[in-house]
Amino acid sequence: MAWNWHRPLEAKGVTFTVLTLLTILVGGLVELVPPYFLQGTIDPIDGVKPYTALELEGRDLYIREGCNNCHSQMIRPFKAETDRYGPFTMPGEGIYDRPFLYGSRRTGPDLSRVGGKYPDSWHWIHFRNPREIEPRSIMPPYAFMMESPLDLSLTKKKLEVLHDLGHDYDEAQIQNAAEDARAQAERVAASLRKDGKALSDAEAHSETIALIAYIQRLGTDIRWREAAAGAGGGLGR
Amino acid sequence: MPSPAVTRSEYDMSVVRGFAISALVWGVVGMTVGLLAALQLAAPAFNLPPYLSFGRIRPLHTNAVIFGFTLGTVFASSYYGVQRLCRVRMFSDTLSRINLWGWNAVIVAAAVSLLLGKSTSKEYAELEWPIDIAITVVWVVYAINFFGTIARRREKGMYVAIWFWIATILSIALLHIFNSLERPVSWMKSYSIYAGLYDANIQWWYGHNAVGFLLTTPILGMMYYFLPKQAGRPIFSHRLSIVHFWSLIFLYMWAGPHHLIYSPLPDWTQTLATGFSVMLILPSWGGMLNGLLTLRGAWDKLRTDPILKLFAVGITFYGMSTFEGPMMAVKTVNSLSHFTNWTIGHVHSGALGWVALTCFGALYYMIPRLWHTQLYSERLAELHFWIATLGLVTYVTSMWVSGITQGLMWRAVNPDGSLAYTFIESVAAIHIYDWIRAAGGVLFLSGALLMFYNVVMTIRQGSAGVPEGLPAGAVPVAGGR
Repeated sequence: MAWNWHRPLEAKGVTFTVLTLLTILVGGLVELVPPYFLQGTIDPIDGVKPYTALELEGRDLYIREGCNNCHSQMIRPFKAETDRYGPFTMPGEGIYDRPFLYGSRRTGPDLSRVGGKYPDSWHWIHFRNPREIEPRSIMPPYAFMMESPLDLSLTKKKLEVLHDLGHDYDEAQIQNAAEDARAQAERVAASLRKDGKALSDAEAHSETIALIAYIQRLGTDIRWREAAAGAGGGLGR
Repeated sequence: MPSPAVTRSEYDMSVVRGFAISALVWGVVGMTVGLLAALQLAAPAFNLPPYLSFGRIRPLHTNAVIFGFTLGTVFASSYYGVQRLCRVRMFSDTLSRINLWGWNAVIVAAAVSLLLGKSTSKEYAELEWPIDIAITVVWVVYAINFFGTIARRREKGMYVAIWFWIATILSIALLHIFNSLERPVSWMKSYSIYAGLYDANIQWWYGHNAVGFLLTTPILGMMYYFLPKQAGRPIFSHRLSIVHFWSLIFLYMWAGPHHLIYSPLPDWTQTLATGFSVMLILPSWGGMLNGLLTLRGAWDKLRTDPILKLFAVGITFYGMSTFEGPMMAVKTVNSLSHFTNWTIGHVHSGALGWVALTCFGALYYMIPRLWHTQLYSERLAELHFWIATLGLVTYVTSMWVSGITQGLMWRAVNPDGSLAYTFIESVAAIHIYDWIRAAGGVLFLSGALLMFYNVVMTIRQGSAGVPEGLPAGAVPVAGGR
């Protein structure tokens, strides 16, 4: 038995194309439009602040190297996940994440709350060669970043653009972006030297410093480590 | 009304030849890079930072195989098919040229910029804003050329393959533009106009539907065009074509948030996505059955015809991965499979099994006809089929075992409730499967290299023009009536 009702439609190019467009639009509208307006109903989280200039540069380096291809930044609400990584990811976090970095594959562990887990010097060694810390690690070495000078020429522009997009940077933070980044880099370098790392001048102004600043920021807006320690130790909640 | 006869020489096949060659070249490049990425996961010494470390290589692999190889074959097959199905030359040869050279320039720019670390990080949408704009321009050129051809067609009805290509053109435009909206900081750096959770929602609407409308609908277009040609049988059911076309393109767009199950995205969006993912089994299997049942009465040809073998196994993998996908969209399964190698295995059962095998089949069909000759070696094509199938089965099964191992180790607890394994123990446990996966990749790439050789030899013995001494309508192979 032939289905003939559809035949006339197959002969009408424009009508067919318009109907196809309408058909594909429905699902996207339902899944995308209400959540867009629901964003306004998400409870703001007190501690969540925009990244500092140095952390922002570190985040852009994280993106440049494609770290998100192996490390997720999204903790699911399961005990096995919160025990391993810390409190699960909440809607109000990530409002300053452009783009988001949830990831889709954990070749390495989740990093959304790794900030403060290890000292800066641990990260310095680990970035140089992960196998110095963990012989079974398959992470690539990033020693070349220790010799690459941190480029701050776009930092101010980056803060301006993000300010336009709604991030809470004040005028002083934007104007002093590069100086602020240098000052924070000095503090990271000082902490590395305190831990016995004899940094060269180039190393103290390298990309790795910004990357460490970003990594140490991750997940620290919510002071969960302090809360967990105060409750008698142990990970998570 | 009888239309004036169109001879094959009136069709523009040079754009098809261009895309067929470029697709094959990008296929070999993309699969080689994929093998490098697999080796890097098995042994970190294969990382050669800064340019050749896994984080930069992986997006290069996905971009080269999706946009260079697959989309190149989609362009080739749709340019080949739409002219014959409309019995008219392409709307504009100039637009065809812009499409061919513009698109290949985009892929070159993608390869260079990704190796330099210029990336937005959004999966399958990593390219920075100037390249995004170039993609949009090329896509609009393709759309004008394609719809212009349809508008001038000399065949009253549009065949089902054209429907799927129409859906592809519209959807990809929509997905690409809305997911790529970003604010430039410099000429190779931008920030997404969406933040955090909402950026994730947009990205996976794009990511999932790139699978739907780049790795599914245009491949179904290929199946509907080339399978009946090669099998010498009409499509099994026109009614099934209608039902599965409309339901497939309707349902796909709802399913994006199944990539964000257990994320902070509102529960109702996740649940809707799960529901629609499960419903997607029906139109997906409608397509699979329409393909497989078209082979009724032609099954004996499978013994001797490598192109039909590629199509038949490709369609079978389509059926398997479109069953597996909805299962992985169910929360219980997803809680185990998400973030593991199971996802990687699933993607490759679709991408290697369904997409690549079907593209190989379409290219093997078109290339001898484009150069007016016979395939250089049927036996090599046969060998390619077997090596590729063995390689992809090796790949997919190793990733199943690897992924389930990871998922189980991450959630395992001791009797006192503490975690049973450290993360690095889960890395060490799957090490052997990383090597097996790389071995599967070696096989699959070897098959592609055999094809490359076979195609080069075919082109060398053929000629792009119509052979002398033959009337234009009497080229020695069946080009398609």
